[in-house]
Amino acid sequence: MSVAARDGVQGLTRVMAAAVIAGVVGGAAPGVAEAQVAVRGETVYTMAGAPITDGVVIVTDGRIAEVGPAASVRIPQGYRVLTAKVVTPGLVDAHSVVGLAGALATNNDQDQLERSNPIQPELRALDAYNAEDKLVGYLRSMGVTTLHTGHGPGALVSGQTMVVRTVGDHIGDALVDSATMVAFTLGQGVTSNFSPRSPGTRAKGVAMLREQLVKARDYARKQQGPEDKRPARDLGLETLARVLDGTLPALITAQRAPDILAALRLQQEFGFRLVLDGAADAQLVLPEIVAAKVPVIVHPTMVRPGGETANASLETAKALRDAGVLVALQSGFEGYVPKTRVVLWEAAVAAANGLTFDQALRTITIDAARVIGQDRRVGSLERGKDGDLALFDGDPFEYTTHVCAVVLGGRVVSEVCR
Amino acid sequence: MRPLVLAAASLLLPGSLLPAQQPAQPSVHVFRGATILPIVGAPIENGVLVVRGTTIVRVGPAGTAVPAGATVHDVAGKVIMPGLVDTHSHIGGGSGADRSSPMQGGVRVLDAIDVRSDGIQRAQAGGVTVANVMPGSGHLMSGQTAYIKLRDGRTLADLLVCRDVLTEVCGGMKMANGTNPRGQPPFPGTRAKSVALARDKYVKAREYQARVKAAAGDSTKLPTRDLEMEALGEVLAGKRVVHFHTHRHDDILSAIRLRDEFGFRLVLQHVSEAWKVADEIGKAGVPASIIVIDAPGGKEEAIDVSITNGAALEKAGVLTGFHTDDGVTDSRFFLRSAGLGVRAGMSRDKALYAMTMAGARMLDLDKRVGSLEAGKDADFLVLSGDPLSVYTHVEQTWVDGAKVFDRKDPKDRRFAVGGEGAATDQTLHVHEGMEDHE
Repeated sequence: MSVAARDGVQGLTRVMAAAVIAGVVGGAAPGVAEAQVAVRGETVYTMAGAPITDGVVIVTDGRIAEVGPAASVRIPQGYRVLTAKVVTPGLVDAHSVVGLAGALATNNDQDQLERSNPIQPELRALDAYNAEDKLVGYLRSMGVTTLHTGHGPGALVSGQTMVVRTVGDHIGDALVDSATMVAFTLGQGVTSNFSPRSPGTRAKGVAMLREQLVKARDYARKQQGPEDKRPARDLGLETLARVLDGTLPALITAQRAPDILAALRLQQEFGFRLVLDGAADAQLVLPEIVAAKVPVIVHPTMVRPGGETANASLETAKALRDAGVLVALQSGFEGYVPKTRVVLWEAAVAAANGLTFDQALRTITIDAARVIGQDRRVGSLERGKDGDLALFDGDPFEYTTHVCAVVLGGRVVSEVCR
Repeated sequence: MRPLVLAAASLLLPGSLLPAQQPAQPSVHVFRGATILPIVGAPIENGVLVVRGTTIVRVGPAGTAVPAGATVHDVAGKVIMPGLVDTHSHIGGGSGADRSSPMQGGVRVLDAIDVRSDGIQRAQAGGVTVANVMPGSGHLMSGQTAYIKLRDGRTLADLLVCRDVLTEVCGGMKMANGTNPRGQPPFPGTRAKSVALARDKYVKAREYQARVKAAAGDSTKLPTRDLEMEALGEVLAGKRVVHFHTHRHDDILSAIRLRDEFGFRLVLQHVSEAWKVADEIGKAGVPASIIVIDAPGGKEEAIDVSITNGAALEKAGVLTGFHTDDGVTDSRFFLRSAGLGVRAGMSRDKALYAMTMAGARMLDLDKRVGSLEAGKDADFLVLSGDPLSVYTHVEQTWVDGAKVFDRKDPKDRRFAVGGEGAATDQTLHVHEGMEDHE
């Protein structure tokens, strides 16, 4: 096939090739001059205040230097100027497995779930991330610049998650935060993954988690004691201790009401920071979720209803948002086709089902950034933040609108309309 | 929506009274004020659609004559288009062939469809009015497909397009190549073996057909009845269309090569790498039904799937349709296929044609459905806005002049939106031959 044809499909071959030649692929290595870019949009959604009509975003050395109306923001000499109908922050996918779960879905490229043991908090996401997986480039071409990715749902504790930017040849280029959360799962999915071993029931799963958290608490206490009485180093307990001391939030995937309540119960007992994930039954236990004051990364809007997600609703995000809960959307985990979802389209369907345009856009920008602890860097267009932008030729949510350019850390990483 | 009213009525009325009831006058419905997209013909602003009984009797501009006594629906600001034709679905939960052999053309999926499956109601909520329900892709030939209309019904007979399953052709024949049908013997281990097995089957079918012909109606000379051979005889006679699951560019050409050798009528299904061989498909004159997937991959042979397929096929002059492969994608979101097709370069007209008329033609149902024309079945949708917009909802779905989905009805709305108790079953796509989807 021709290079052009391949480019039309997947996308980034040509752009990446050009970038490699220019020597600009990779992280913001100190001393490497970033391209200087100005983005002018008929409407600029900064996610920090009202949208700006005919706005300009100046990106200098990879960071946003200025944002404002074109009438009052001067574009410095020599800056590359990109224009678009609509400009948003680079999109933030609040929960993905991309990079660990590869596009091929063969046994050789699925590293999001290790089944040897139902509790393995020591597994680090950065040790399994394939920055060159086709899906990373695909999501980047669809405007996603920040991914919260890592170990997937399916084990009581499947491992750690991290935050990456959707660029780079390897993890070193991409990494933003090496340990972001620890991924827990409650529910039927776990029992079927580990059958005939424990946990064979929901209750057993919770008991196993409590036991391990008690151990971790004990481990942490002994580590504070006299040096000769400290237990041997245990990577798993060490990680859970960081959950218990509030360093790492517990990301608990729970779809059914009993599992959501169990997650809240664990949080109350151990006092860790909880981020609720999935929550297909959220509307059935809304007062409890609200009272717990936990953020929720809602199931992909278009998740297939059935089994654990039988009660999933296109309006789950709206119900939570209306109740005052901090809500983000996610691409989630897909075992088959499509191998990943695109948060832009999940938010679009949420916008068509109760969320306002602004609320829906927040679930994949600033609110997603808040949930994953990256709102000081990304998620909105404000001075000092990373120069991550997505450029559209119309309403970003419309099926017929294209993502026409993506700027990441001040570099134009995609400029074919898709 | 299920006709619960019927059940209630039968409790109140002695059963013997029911058959004696006078046949009701066909009801007449008039829809006024909407933008009508007839698909065949230009859009009509402020149009009028007249339905009598199960049939469309008139489609025209404002001022079109309206029969007296009609129920008038004011649908100003709405959009009316034909019901969607899904050329490849697994709603109803039916499986076809089992694991005993890779080709089982005698198996009918119609014997396994549950019409009370709520997947069918979700499809109504998504605007699907006709579906080709297929057995799975884990076989070279997994059985006979069933063409259904998504009427509210109690039994399959209420939904089937045909009236008599013994004397009519009620669907197509599902075939597949690529990696899904591969497995341990007797399943094929390679692509070449897959083609050899299929060729061998069609050679036998031809011989059987020849013996039937030679018997010239003399029952003493007829071959022993063979249900698979009979179905394949319908395939060879061009009465039963082969719906061929295929992904990779070379597999697409293999399906066309089989068609060339045996002369059956072929519809390519999925066609993930259509963009690589669009010209070849065009030259072969084979229709293609594609699927819109949110991201590439999920399995090796779908790694290059692209939403540009529709545009590439349109450019090559291929009759192009869409399908859900429900539950691979969800029928509730079927309409987005057109929007995303246009995003990737299809014309608006061809994208909407692909959702309706193209599918009807692929299922040999284009005389009855697929467009809004006088004389055709009254299968249509009332949309809240433009069919290509994400913000548009299917407000009503009508099949044969009966409303089967109404977003205003809370029960129906739940099938569209989801929520507690909305999904009691799930249509799982069966790939029996696949090991870990490799």
